[in-house]
Amino acid sequence: MTGRGTAVRLALLAAPVAFLAVFFLYPVATIVGEGLRDGGAWQLGRAGEVLRDGDTADVLWFTVWQAAASTVLTLAVGLPAAWAFARLRFPGRKVLHAAVTVPFVLPTVVTGAAFLAVVGRGGLLDDWWGVRLDNTVWAILLAHASLNFAVVVRIVGGLWSQLDPGQAEAARMLGATRRAAWLRVTLPALMPAVASAAVMVFLFTFTSFGVVQILGGPRNGTLEVEIYRQTAQLLDLPTAAVLTLLQFALVAVLLGAQALLTRRTETALSLVDPATNARRPRGAAEHAALAAVLTVIALLLVLPLAVLLERSLSVPGGGHGLANYRSLFSDDGGTFVAAPWQAVETSLRYAAIATLIAVVIGGLAATALARRGGGRTLRGFDALLMLPLGTSAVTVGFGFLVTLDEPPLDLRSSWTLVPLAQALVGVPFVVRVLLPVLRAVDDRLRQAAAVLGASPARVWREVDLPLVRRAVLVAAGFAFAVSLGEFGATVFIARADNPTLPVAVARLLSRPGALNYGQAMALSAVLMLVCTLTLLALERIRPAGRTP
Amino acid sequence: MTATPPLLDVRGVTVTYGSRTAPGHTALHGIDLAVAEHETVCVLGPSGSGKSTLLRAVAGLTEVGAGTVLLAGRDQAGVPAHRRGVGLMFQDHQLFPQRDVGGNIAFGLRMHKIPRQETERRVAELLDLVGLPGAQRRAVGSLSGGEQQRVALARSLAPRPRLLMLDEPLGQLDRDLRDRLVVELRQLFRDLGTTVLAVTHDQAEAFALADRVVIMRDGRIAQTGSPVEVWRRPADAFVARFLGFRNVTEADVTDGGAATPWGTVPVPPGTPDGRHRLLIRPSGVRVGVGGPEEGPRAVVRARTFRGDHVLLLLECVGGGARGELEAACPLRSAPGEGAAVGVGFDAAEVVVLPG
Repeated sequence: MTGRGTAVRLALLAAPVAFLAVFFLYPVATIVGEGLRDGGAWQLGRAGEVLRDGDTADVLWFTVWQAAASTVLTLAVGLPAAWAFARLRFPGRKVLHAAVTVPFVLPTVVTGAAFLAVVGRGGLLDDWWGVRLDNTVWAILLAHASLNFAVVVRIVGGLWSQLDPGQAEAARMLGATRRAAWLRVTLPALMPAVASAAVMVFLFTFTSFGVVQILGGPRNGTLEVEIYRQTAQLLDLPTAAVLTLLQFALVAVLLGAQALLTRRTETALSLVDPATNARRPRGAAEHAALAAVLTVIALLLVLPLAVLLERSLSVPGGGHGLANYRSLFSDDGGTFVAAPWQAVETSLRYAAIATLIAVVIGGLAATALARRGGGRTLRGFDALLMLPLGTSAVTVGFGFLVTLDEPPLDLRSSWTLVPLAQALVGVPFVVRVLLPVLRAVDDRLRQAAAVLGASPARVWREVDLPLVRRAVLVAAGFAFAVSLGEFGATVFIARADNPTLPVAVARLLSRPGALNYGQAMALSAVLMLVCTLTLLALERIRPAGRTP
Repeated sequence: MTATPPLLDVRGVTVTYGSRTAPGHTALHGIDLAVAEHETVCVLGPSGSGKSTLLRAVAGLTEVGAGTVLLAGRDQAGVPAHRRGVGLMFQDHQLFPQRDVGGNIAFGLRMHKIPRQETERRVAELLDLVGLPGAQRRAVGSLSGGEQQRVALARSLAPRPRLLMLDEPLGQLDRDLRDRLVVELRQLFRDLGTTVLAVTHDQAEAFALADRVVIMRDGRIAQTGSPVEVWRRPADAFVARFLGFRNVTEADVTDGGAATPWGTVPVPPGTPDGRHRLLIRPSGVRVGVGGPEEGPRAVVRARTFRGDHVLLLLECVGGGARGELEAACPLRSAPGEGAAVGVGFDAAEVVVLPG
């Protein structure tokens, strides 16, 4: 029986392994190889030079500290909100819970544009008080906090809402003060979720590209931005290769540390129905805390998107109207070969295909990983699946261009390159969403079905599939939103005459002129609308209170 | 004429948890057990004694290390769980959360490709049977513990398994419902002619339900017999203690009397002299307030109300008696806590344990 289980698992893993090997490891390895080899010989001295270079040290230092600062800031604003959503009942809670997720699934380019509309030149603060924060690290930190707010609220708040208050009550009955009970019972139970959220936020901000590219200005660049600059602008492949490896190594260390951390702190928790856990706020302190949380959400998450919308509707020369949107349909802007609105259709088509690929590949991988047993090899594969999130998307994109251009995989002129690259980013999300749900399916439920006469395949169809159906839809939604917003790789491989929405927005923003700016805002608003609709659809099918 | 083989025949079954390279805990040690058609057998034992493992081994959910499981004379080695035609009702029900009550009960029928109309008819019938008529469309999450138990029972009965196995069938129910369901189940199994192998840690439940009781200890069978046999003559000190008897001791018997820590106790006639293990039922311990001055004396340490009688925990304090002793006493004549009493023994309620 054990032998058969292993065979089934290997069969399930075949497609994901092949996918990762061909579309991730091969391009990345090739790019790194090109950079570090010259005429067939390894040029490791070159790597040493880059690593010793003062500029590299500067970029690395900036990347690390802005990621750390972003993580701290995100936790500082996110944890109180996680508490409020988990424990308090207030009007508009559900809608707001969905709303805070919007920036996370929005393309980073749009968030960048939105913050630019608040803190940038001619932005809201500039108009009112003459304050500008673009080209400063503050704009980056605020945008990162806004983007990743949902990560903390979802991961920590999701667990918090299900923690059995009986545990803390038991501590209180044993003589603990309210504070002591929180510190000794509630906080330790929450710590794994807090740590996991912190690692996710750090990872996302460490590899941040779109936001930094738009808000950071010339002096504030992360590794990812520097890789892009070296690859696309300076054509200095060796430096880009070394930086890619550096980023890769740091992310690998981070993921390894997280795996170790979660294994050590993984304990069985007693969980309850979140609906029973929330109550109306009591007392002045709780009301004040709730008010603070709502204010932060309004300023950090709602305001930028609202300003973005307002800017998209403002007409050059004053007043409001649909002029920017109308201009999306004309092809005489000169920025593109085709009219900008065609980017909407292109994006939706690519994202749909990428979602399909990500769900199939990620679903197979999650099914294999969820099977009982496993051991170290499988856990290793688990981490490998997360790597595309931590690898330079720019390198992946460039790698696609370099490697997938000769038979048997001559895809350079094919449109499939973009969805494949997007699916690569979607797979980790699909696995993250599906795996916990699949692991949570009680094995005895499967046995109950078997005893009633269901064959193993039938058990999967009758027990597993119905239970994970919602999770599959949620995973598909995430993959769709992420694919829609993918920028770092797509910017390389999207064809000039057929850009995706984020690429089109970035291109418009990089050009001077009120018309380009207005079009960028309008296009961002369209992108925001598509992402928001996807998200709202997800909230509807999401089982009440369940979080991935 | 050959005798029909028993419906279930378990021969020398051993189950060891852990991998082949690192064997861990052995849950079953060479178990032999046969269940005849239409018989209801209850496996009784403390938690960790291997009861549930036995059911899982028969169902094909746990790999058998050694020995064979035969169903109607056929070796089940290599037959997967879904082809064994046995039913198993799980301890915590394991109802499918995404299906309603009707969907849960119909599951096994669908797996056996029973036509839809027939399925609907049988689901309705079973719901009537378990006392939940018309509950087809209810969500399983909205059911109480007792109702879930009934649905789980109906679900395991639906495909008409040749052998129905129940793991702690009345586990989490309150006393009243339990007492009622035990009677209902026994009637039901008799009416349907179902062969049943049930597992429980509750002796009252086992004795009420079973034609035959099997008592397990540490993965081995300690005793098999009818409820009355087991109750009257526990096989050894473990079984006696497991059944709740506390007055168990080793003693030397000479001339119809045993020298116990509680003094000399009369033994049933015909008991050979020598060292024996004795059980004195609480009903065989007579208590008299202000009784004769000679003989063992004791103080009442605790009283437990048992409905029609009171169970007294005595601490022997004199007359050649030491230690604790349990006595059953009619309600009216029960002495209060702290009362000093004289103690006497009834030979008819003294059992010499074979083991």
